[in-house]
Amino acid sequence: MNRRLLPLGVTMLLFVGMAVFGAIRYDGFLSPQVFLNLLIDNAFLCVVAVGMTFVILSGGIDLSVGAVIALTTMISAALLEAGWNPYASMAMVLVLGALFGAAQGFLIQRFALAPFIVTLAGMFLARGCCYLISTESIAINDATYASIAQARIPVGFDASLTVGAVIALLVVLAGMRIAHASEFGRTVYAIGGGESSARLMGLPVASAKIGVYLLSGFCAALGGVVMTFYMLSGYSLHAVGLELDAIAAVVIGGTLLAGGVGYVAGTLFGVLILGIIQTLIAFDGTLSSWWTKIVVGALLLLFCLLQRLFEGRSRKAA
Amino acid sequence: MKRLAQHALFWPCTTLLLLLVVCAVFNPAFLGVAWQGGHLYGNLVDILNRAAPLMVVSMGMTLVIAVRGLDISVGAVVAIAATVAALMIGGSFSAGGEVASRFPLWLALATALGVAAACGLWNGLLVVKAGMQPIVATLILMVAGRGIAQLLTGGQIITVYYAPFYTLGNGFLLGVPVALWIAAALWAVLHLVLSRSALGLFIRAIGGNPEAARVAGVRSSAITLCVYTFCGLAAGVAGLIISSNVKSADANNAGQLLELDAILAVTLGGTALTGGRFTLAGTIIGALIIQTLTSMIYSLGVPPEVNLVVKAALVFAVMLLQSAGFRALVMRVARNPRPGAT
Amino acid sequence: MSDAAIVLRARDISRAFPGVQALSGVELTLRAGEVHALMGQNGAGKSTLIKVLTGVQAPDTGSIELLGQPVTPRSPLHAQELGISAVHQESHLLPNLSVAENICAGRYPRRPWLRGGGIDWRETNKRARELLAGLGIELDVAQLAGGLPAAVQQLATVARAVATDARVLILDEPTSSLDAEEVKALFALIRRLRDKGVAILFVTHFLDQVYEVCDRITVLRNGKFVGEYACGKLDARGLVAAMVGRELVNAGRPAAHAPADTGGAPAVLAARGISRRGQLKPMDIELRAGEVLGLAGLLGSGRTELARLLFALDARDSGELSVDGKPAKIDQPADALQLGLGFCPEDRKESGIVAELSVRENIALALQARMGLGKFLKPAEQGALAEKLVAALGVKTASIETPIAQLSGGNQQKAIIARWLATNPRVLILDEPTRGIDIAAKQELMNEVLQLANAGTAVLFISAEIEEVVRLSDRIMVLRDRAKAGELPRGADEDAVYSMISMISSAPA
Repeated sequence: MNRRLLPLGVTMLLFVGMAVFGAIRYDGFLSPQVFLNLLIDNAFLCVVAVGMTFVILSGGIDLSVGAVIALTTMISAALLEAGWNPYASMAMVLVLGALFGAAQGFLIQRFALAPFIVTLAGMFLARGCCYLISTESIAINDATYASIAQARIPVGFDASLTVGAVIALLVVLAGMRIAHASEFGRTVYAIGGGESSARLMGLPVASAKIGVYLLSGFCAALGGVVMTFYMLSGYSLHAVGLELDAIAAVVIGGTLLAGGVGYVAGTLFGVLILGIIQTLIAFDGTLSSWWTKIVVGALLLLFCLLQRLFEGRSRKAA
Repeated sequence: MKRLAQHALFWPCTTLLLLLVVCAVFNPAFLGVAWQGGHLYGNLVDILNRAAPLMVVSMGMTLVIAVRGLDISVGAVVAIAATVAALMIGGSFSAGGEVASRFPLWLALATALGVAAACGLWNGLLVVKAGMQPIVATLILMVAGRGIAQLLTGGQIITVYYAPFYTLGNGFLLGVPVALWIAAALWAVLHLVLSRSALGLFIRAIGGNPEAARVAGVRSSAITLCVYTFCGLAAGVAGLIISSNVKSADANNAGQLLELDAILAVTLGGTALTGGRFTLAGTIIGALIIQTLTSMIYSLGVPPEVNLVVKAALVFAVMLLQSAGFRALVMRVARNPRPGAT
Repeated sequence: MSDAAIVLRARDISRAFPGVQALSGVELTLRAGEVHALMGQNGAGKSTLIKVLTGVQAPDTGSIELLGQPVTPRSPLHAQELGISAVHQESHLLPNLSVAENICAGRYPRRPWLRGGGIDWRETNKRARELLAGLGIELDVAQLAGGLPAAVQQLATVARAVATDARVLILDEPTSSLDAEEVKALFALIRRLRDKGVAILFVTHFLDQVYEVCDRITVLRNGKFVGEYACGKLDARGLVAAMVGRELVNAGRPAAHAPADTGGAPAVLAARGISRRGQLKPMDIELRAGEVLGLAGLLGSGRTELARLLFALDARDSGELSVDGKPAKIDQPADALQLGLGFCPEDRKESGIVAELSVRENIALALQARMGLGKFLKPAEQGALAEKLVAALGVKTASIETPIAQLSGGNQQKAIIARWLATNPRVLILDEPTRGIDIAAKQELMNEVLQLANAGTAVLFISAEIEEVVRLSDRIMVLRDRAKAGELPRGADEDAVYSMISMISSAPA
């Protein structure tokens, strides 16, 4: 049992190590609010990454999530401008996101198309639709959104969370439950372990495959809703490149890109690690923010190489 | 006619012709080519010129895809190559109009290409030696590469004032755009090498069945490394053309979404993503299709944002047509149009 | 047992695919508490029949009755629900899930609504443990399935198949990767299931296993039903005759093969202390010019592993290779090729043919690889070479430009051998070259092997059929449990080989 948790342990250790490093080097690094800001600033990434975790666990990949976030913000802004009820518009975009994901999943499953290319085209499509709605940013002036954006939930120690951060935590918890205790979740792991074997076992592979992309689309839309709280605007250039951050968070969180192995909890730590890198660089002050991308790339490389080593050794032992 | 229809290049050519016809219908002057200012001039020339960098990158991508690989870092490599060249050329605007280059032009170009090739080699090493999936291996450079380029430029757009540099993207030779000459030369070299040596056979074997190729004694690792290195080099060439065209190096935007266009060009041209058989001619046509599409949208007065949606639709269409399951479904429906019948 | 209740009756099953009639008018009758063998050569239709029974394919005609009721399985899941379970050849456990989960997947016990409604893992583990215990298997159900040896995974797969109260259990080649001990354990399980009243359909190509555990045999040939026989009433000879369609002429000794006279020359290829952790213990091997060295041993004894190490397909952990007595650097197949070695792999689909390329290109591939990028075999030259070899080996193909995927298995195999012959190898390693090939083609191939040896090539011949090895070899090297058990000279018979294999080792492993 312990060997399974090793990648997760490595991730958690890395996070703790970085936090300690930051605390030693900079004053106020471990102040509760700075800590919680890790989650607050990356709440939408966290939500999306949970959905991405399931896709990667099944052995697939979803490159459209960043574009779906942007599209969600655009549609929300447009609906609000047209006078829609805020909660109705939230419900609408969530449904649309789920449908978008399900459509991608259907093409992937029914016609055996490569997930990479289908979600790539999906990304094109979603961004294109954003531009069709408007090339400019649309401000969101709705009072409900504004109040949600400003709401703070105190958690003691002079620190507070945003609604978005709470949503992110709830999504992580829900994700953990689905992954561990639901038939759907276990089928996803099974597909990652061997799709043809899972099929021969009679597991509902077809519906699960469509399901992961539906879930990813839903999470992307939910992440988009969280982003609207954060940005209070709809804009086609929101979340460019976010899919790569999501994939990085999932991989750094210990999920194998080949699928079948990984934990949703790990993804949370992956997101926090990405957040800590940004915070470390911001605290340093002298490094430009592009170092973030380089460090993320380097970490991704490190973890992928570790995964290869891990696979190689377990194959020899078997 | 049926034999013609079964030729590998039939569908790409037809699509391209269709697009050109649509353009001509909406704008009768579209297909006109004239001689102006000492060189060829016209929409068609424009399409060819703008498509040149994409053609170059796509040729590199074709070979990578043929060996069952993928390189999504080409956009980042374009940015890196442009940055290196711009930094080395440097130079500043002086009142007298005389601009000197910091390093000799040939050295700047060679270094940029060298760095680009090194990027390709890096990708290849990750795939071949570390055994990583190509998407992941090239994802790393895609993420980090742009960061590196932006670090080098300090986030600024570097303008190049050294006039000789402009010929790559803006010049004409014998009336034809230099960029097009470069693309054509690359194609000619590749074609010669692939048909007059065993390289074509080896690539098709590696892509068709990597294990069988290895057992047969093909030096798969070395060849795959070369293919990735070449792809990086091709991206470098494209980067030089692009930055020469805009007379600057923009680490943030140069080559943005280029990898997606390249993959689309390769797929439109008829090379399957599963590897094995490939067609360079198809890729060239695929790149032309994409550029024609962009031009068509522009000349029709349709907002350029539609471009992305159309590209998406194209990718879906091509993917479905390449999918055996979809074709089978269409056949079944075509034979039994009555609802309810299987 | 002939009055035992009929559990499954399939009648007049036909199924066609584009270009081939896989099944026509096939019938099958399975009885409760009986182990029924399904036999036939490759291409006889066994897999297609199983796919029909398990709902993977729908038959074009025919009916299936389960316990007297007509049924039409629509999918593997549906077939399972009906009571027809199968363990396919490609069935593997999911290595990333626990044993308990593998067994209960899709049928998890759930917690009651009030306590969350999720999967009850404790109950899952308990159920799996009880199921395995009921079948006589002791296992830690919480461990990952990937860590178990293949044979144990096989038992667990069977356990899963019967967890659904299956009335019919189909086992498709379940013993192909098991050694003798493991086969015994599997058969014990099969007998236990049989005694519980399950009707078992057992597909295998091992004749002795059929007679060991089965009660009845159904033979298919070219998609048609040949007959149903009771094991006691049909002997092995008759069985083979039914499968092949003609009396097996005793092949007899092939064309006289003069024992190799190496005249004291050093071995063409020699390996000293070659090993790979977990795959092969250190051993020595010598291949001499003009000699056929047969490599015999049970499945899992390390024959293919040794061949792959010699050809550097896998990296060796220890050992020196030498060619003509001089140390040789062979770190990848390309190196081996340069030194005049050739390797015909066991799985031609996976490691042999490049399906999309033509016969000509497949044949020319190794030779071109050896020539490297510097020299080029023009298509015309490739064609001439291919034509010559195709004629010499009798490869049946419409033309040399045909994509090799369109050839039958036997002809593909011949084409791969042609590929290596084109390189004029000094050493040729043949790993199961006659597997999955009909008897006529087998004979031709074996003659070809002998001709090669006569011409001076050193041949390493690996085959699971000891009889073949004994007939062809000048010397036999016997492997057991991934170590060298010993060597036997020409003229040794099958019994000698089997004795050496089953010898209890007195030396520590």
